Amino acid sequence: MFHPNEKGFYGQYGGAYIPEMLIPNIEELKKNYLEILESETFQKEYHLLLNDYAGRPSPLFKAQRLSDKYNTNIWLKREDLNHTGSHKLNNTIGQILLAKKMGRQRIIAETGAGQHGVATATVCALMGLQCIVYMGQTDMERQAPNVARMRMLGAEVRPALSGNRTLKDATNEALRDWIANPTDTFYLIGSVVGPHPYPDMVARLQAIISLEIKQQLKQKVGTELPDYVIACVGGGSNAAGSFYHFLEDASVRLIGTEAAGLGVDSGETAASMACGDIGIIHGSMTYLMQNEDGQITEPYSISAGLDYPGIGPLHAHLKDSGRATYMPVTDEESLQAALELTRLEGIIPALESAHALAVLPKMNFKPGDQVVVTVSGRGDKDMKAYMEYFKLTE
Amino acid sequence: MNRLKTLLDTKKDLLSIYFTAGFPQLNDTNTILQALQKAGVDFVEIGMPFSDPLADGPVIQKSSTQALANGMSLQVLFQQLADMRQSITMPVILMGYLNPVLKFGMERFIDQCAEVGVDGLILPDLPYELYHEKYRDLFEARNISNTFLITPQTPSERVQMLDQNAKGFLYMVSSAAVTGATTGLNQFQLDYFNRINAMKLNSPKMVGFGISDRSSYRQVCQYANGAIIGSAFIKMLEESKDLTVDIKNFVASIKG
Ligand SMILES: Cc1ncc(COP(=O)(O)O)c(C=O)c1O
Repeated sequence: MFHPNEKGFYGQYGGAYIPEMLIPNIEELKKNYLEILESETFQKEYHLLLNDYAGRPSPLFKAQRLSDKYNTNIWLKREDLNHTGSHKLNNTIGQILLAKKMGRQRIIAETGAGQHGVATATVCALMGLQCIVYMGQTDMERQAPNVARMRMLGAEVRPALSGNRTLKDATNEALRDWIANPTDTFYLIGSVVGPHPYPDMVARLQAIISLEIKQQLKQKVGTELPDYVIACVGGGSNAAGSFYHFLEDASVRLIGTEAAGLGVDSGETAASMACGDIGIIHGSMTYLMQNEDGQITEPYSISAGLDYPGIGPLHAHLKDSGRATYMPVTDEESLQAALELTRLEGIIPALESAHALAVLPKMNFKPGDQVVVTVSGRGDKDMKAYMEYFKLTE
Repeated sequence: MNRLKTLLDTKKDLLSIYFTAGFPQLNDTNTILQALQKAGVDFVEIGMPFSDPLADGPVIQKSSTQALANGMSLQVLFQQLADMRQSITMPVILMGYLNPVLKFGMERFIDQCAEVGVDGLILPDLPYELYHEKYRDLFEARNISNTFLITPQTPSERVQMLDQNAKGFLYMVSSAAVTGATTGLNQFQLDYFNRINAMKLNSPKMVGFGISDRSSYRQVCQYANGAIIGSAFIKMLEESKDLTVDIKNFVASIKG
């Protein structure tokens, strides 16, 4: 019930609303992805790279001082410790193997915070493939260290100059590139968004997160099932991966946190669930922020990775079915949560991940609860924002 | 009576022009429509601007952004077109992305199209399968023809399937590209046109994307029923000081 049907619909959400120019590529992917992903050779190569290259399994760390503060048991799923510094590499390792099996030589990607761009540039360097990353110009400025990393890795970073010059606009440019280069190019999407089969494919490649949580929790506390799993949601890939193997376990409460920017009523927000309604964005029917004429609204969040006006169709379905709950978190709340984690546990999280941590004070945990929070990435790329907000240079 | 079908059945070397509604100024839509008919264009596609036109190149993107800033919306467009059939006799097609249409309400949209006298639609991000499953009955009940695109990469069986289901014409996208003027046609494109011609399809064919001048227009007319020009026309509008005169000259430069 939480998997898409063969046309890619989760309930009414998802599908592939794409121009004819993209249909041959999407059809080819649809025909091949499950067979390749489930094949023994793929699984072997994928897991070998996850272990020896990405450094998995990522630790499940008992955050004792944070647990004490909230009088419960808080476990951090440390995706920030992956090679390249976020969960994004789980997906790019999988898709680059798929691209190779499908014989594609030229890899394109979109990126917001630059973490997906870096993870894509990284696997392209590893495999010796050409890499072009589209990134909104606003994001190139606020995530400058990641632009430099991509370039050092040999990728070409092309600025997206339309709209607010953020993730939505970068995704438009990547889709236009794919339309113009239909035969040699693989579009390596960075989240559970876009036309079917991307949302399902990326969810499967991120599902390693929840698979490990189950095993690690069993080993540490004797049960596979936590009471809560909490993750931030931009497009929703780290949340999809964190939820995946718990979807059928009704006792596990699934919480996604979306970026409210300056607040859900401020007009400066990226909270697609709290502020949006149903429509089509980047080939998929889902919740998105739009005006009364169906024009997509420019989003805002301090966090480049969450600064997107839509959300993956799986999450739209989980929301409507009540299986998961989504909570908005403001810039300010996320900054405070980032500082709290840093001071209590010695971990500087990415601004995206700080949006997951920021709901801890709003929950009513019981002392016996087992709470898993996914720390999707590390905060190095956000030092500029932290320095400004916390006046770290004075 | 179907204006579009009659035209396609009776005339060759058709010239169709695409322009964005509400550009350069909000109320230019009708001025442009009148001028195009007077200049001898065979039919038009009126673009319904969208914030995120992912099959369009920079020229149409820019005109869409400007049109939206001018205040264009479907509601305004239908008001502008309310009386067009008092003077416009050529077929009129609306082209645009699905999200604004869904927000407006598909049924309401189709009703309004029928009411103002729109003959057909091009909705690039509504693929045939979803059209067939969700909206076909609605379109056919109001006699609005939907237009399917084919590209150099579309497999032959799919071209045939789209041909069998097409009501107006097949829109032959000239190359793998988003919209935007380029110059000249290359051998790869000519091979594609020849391949499609050899299939002896039932539907008339119009070639669009990258047709910009007299020579590319004349060339594709050898392979299809006509050509659609968009970006080159919009570029001209951007610089125009007198729409009526410049439109007349533009069309003459292609057809004259
Ligand atoms: C560290 C980190 N977390 C989360 C996200 C949001 O993406 P998603 O919702 O797909 O996990 C990003 C995106 O750039 C990111 O860099």
